[in-house]
Amino acid sequence: MNETIKPVLSDDHFTRSAGKQLALYALLALGLLGGLMTLLSFLASGSGGGASGGAIDVENNSITITLRQEPPQLDSGRSTDAASFAVLGHVMEGLLSYDRAGQLIPGVADRWEIREDGATFWLRDNAFWSDGKPVTAHDFVFAWRRVVDPATGSQYAFITYPIKNAEAITNGDLPTQTLGVSAASDTQLEVIFEQATPYFDKLVAFITFLPTREDFFKSTNGRYAADADMLLYNGPYVLTEWVHGASMRWTKNPYYWNDEKGFLDAINVAYITTDVNAKLNLFKDAQIADTDLVAPMLPEAMERRWHIDRFMDGTVFFLEFNHREGRITRNKNFRRALQLAQDPSELVYKVLKEAAYIPAESLFPSWIQGAGDLFRKQHPPIKHQMNIEKAREHLELARIELGLDAWPPIVLLTGDTPVSTLSAEYYQELFKRNLGLELRIDLQTFKQRLAKMTSGEFDIVLSGWGPDYDDALTFGDLFSSWNLNNRGRYDSEEMDGYVRIAQSELDPVKRMQAFAEIQRLSYEDVVVLPMYERGWSFVVDPRLDGLIRRTVGPEVDYTYASIKK
Amino acid sequence: MWSFILKRLVQGVITVWFIATATFFAMHNVPGDPLLNDRAMTAAIRANVEAKYGLDKPISEQYVIYLGNLVRGDFGISFTQENREVNDIIREHFPVSATLGILAVLFAAAGGVLWGALTALYRNRMPDYLIMFFVILGISVPSFVIAAVSQLTLVGVNSALGATLLPVAGWGTLSHMLLPALVLGLGTMAYLTRLMRSSMLEVIGSDYVRTAKAKGLPASRIFTKHQLRNAILPVITVLGPSIAAITTGGFVVELVFAIPGLGRYFVQAVQQLDYTVIMGTTVFYGAFLVFMVIVVDVLYGFIDPRVRMQ
Repeated sequence: MNETIKPVLSDDHFTRSAGKQLALYALLALGLLGGLMTLLSFLASGSGGGASGGAIDVENNSITITLRQEPPQLDSGRSTDAASFAVLGHVMEGLLSYDRAGQLIPGVADRWEIREDGATFWLRDNAFWSDGKPVTAHDFVFAWRRVVDPATGSQYAFITYPIKNAEAITNGDLPTQTLGVSAASDTQLEVIFEQATPYFDKLVAFITFLPTREDFFKSTNGRYAADADMLLYNGPYVLTEWVHGASMRWTKNPYYWNDEKGFLDAINVAYITTDVNAKLNLFKDAQIADTDLVAPMLPEAMERRWHIDRFMDGTVFFLEFNHREGRITRNKNFRRALQLAQDPSELVYKVLKEAAYIPAESLFPSWIQGAGDLFRKQHPPIKHQMNIEKAREHLELARIELGLDAWPPIVLLTGDTPVSTLSAEYYQELFKRNLGLELRIDLQTFKQRLAKMTSGEFDIVLSGWGPDYDDALTFGDLFSSWNLNNRGRYDSEEMDGYVRIAQSELDPVKRMQAFAEIQRLSYEDVVVLPMYERGWSFVVDPRLDGLIRRTVGPEVDYTYASIKK
Repeated sequence: MWSFILKRLVQGVITVWFIATATFFAMHNVPGDPLLNDRAMTAAIRANVEAKYGLDKPISEQYVIYLGNLVRGDFGISFTQENREVNDIIREHFPVSATLGILAVLFAAAGGVLWGALTALYRNRMPDYLIMFFVILGISVPSFVIAAVSQLTLVGVNSALGATLLPVAGWGTLSHMLLPALVLGLGTMAYLTRLMRSSMLEVIGSDYVRTAKAKGLPASRIFTKHQLRNAILPVITVLGPSIAAITTGGFVVELVFAIPGLGRYFVQAVQQLDYTVIMGTTVFYGAFLVFMVIVVDVLYGFIDPRVRMQ
């Protein structure tokens, strides 16, 4: 058409002129955007608070760190998760706490006595709340009664069951006043046991046993621990700022008694994110004091000559069998065949390649304490030998016992994290190759996996268990018939008998022998197939000293940290 | 006009009710429940917790209670953030997402219109090829890659400069917003550029532009009044849904840049089966989306008189 009607404006002239117009609009848009952003930044200044003095602020004696997630519950009576535990570990203190090496040391209690029928804790007179009032035995009585009160709905109430009447109160059968705990005076706490509990001292270092002061609790009108000013503190730090989901500021508690803790004046939690790559970038930019490293990051970390630390987070992962009636995995020869056809070290060193993981040799992890020495040293587990020949023999026996012509697919239930997916695929290939078995992987999100574990919709499940307190029992009672966390419903009188001894035997040597029997039985009866003990690699800013990562207790501990002079 | 708006509003309310109902029943039919945790609960403890959240009642009763609360604007207390009301979560975190979203949309709209007009003006010439190359890149590369790469680049730039040009992550000041908003808006910007380009090309070849040229109107006037104004209509149409999509879809960017936005809660709530937060955020976002679409419809009437006439 352009050929028939000659345009008044030439194309080139038009383009040039329109281009100028466009450039003008671009400038205008930039100007408007700039103005708007300035306006928005004023409005947003209240919702962030990410600004800080970098990773290490020598002048103000403070550091900046990240949290993996917003702590969901800082009410110690109801909190259940690692993020809340980590915060509470800095701002609260229980009767007992942990030293640098992870050993129990006096906390609010300066001495204590555990007897067969109960325990007595004598509280120090220089332990104070952050408003200056002393921490008394009544604060513990109030806190513990709250935990067992059905109205509180505490998910960790079961951990108090060694205390007299705790279970009955939670079930709603007795009033909370009947709980076996009382204040003989302001500084003397008396506990009566339901049954002998030789490990009670280790138990009270747990978050659920932290104190709560009644008058303060009542003054919060149901908003206890919902904000920084809705919580009363007795630990080395206090929460002075808490912008939900964004940032926190922990400052030194002036009333705290222990000079050996709380060297930093302030700890800024400036970022809350689960993204390990974002955290690594922040660390490289010197914005945060420490960060975790996952396997793909290790080469770069080594290239940069960072000092890489490792710690075990205490969790043991294992393949748990479904022992319910009617399941193939109930057959012992079948389980034995799977046991003989695998070796966890191949999984850890050749498949997962996480530097801080170690192959698990037993249900009890390597760091568990025995009587006076490491449990692992005193009672070494049965040495596992992979033997495919024998494995096939056992599989054939199982086939005959079960009267099967061919093996149906075995359902392997697993979570959706990269590590568990990788592990599941490894086992699928391994058992196919070594035993000709077909494993069907059932990949589920966290809650769905738990739902299926609880209802028993699996043959084998990839699962793990982390410690609540520093005693072998935290793993040892896992496969007792009455333990609800025994999701495969393993049920053996022999196991139950050993667990009963382990729970209440007062002689530490005899008690450890019971654990050794549990360890032997869990291998010989193939209750589970241990996979690995989980650990983490991490880096700390070289200017910071004394950062502790723990196996038991809050996973990260800055209370002993200080800036190098 | 008013009856038009009223009609759309009523439709909107019905849509939101439908979203709420569908989400409610879908959520309760997902296997697993919000109370399941690493540590198994005894029946008694579980009953105590269920009673606390009203989960011990039959589903139909829960639905009625829920709808009643919804009408009063009360979404209840979160299951995972046990001390926080869903209303508080939305009130504290939505402004952050909205700020980020608005900025991103503005970047996207301004960029899309300008780049699109530019490519149309210089079609099949160097600027066109160059911009379209980046447009394809922007559409096909997922935002988590762009976010991670841009953050990593920023770390490199900062360490090369020996000073902080822009913060790597966090929230609070203008400098915190710039990079995440750009990253978040990039995909939409690329999409809008393509849209604007094709719509502009259509207009350029139209009769009224030829007539305008023939009348001897100045080039700037033809470009602005006849071409841009007409070509921009399709862009405005998709802008409404884009605003909602960007504001709700910022999860990845919020995660990478440690931004305390609502997107995080929206996604994590579904993973953790946090019933109240799922309901709260879904209904809120649903209402927001519906509202944005209505706003665009009304806006359309102002820009294109033909719509008003009907």
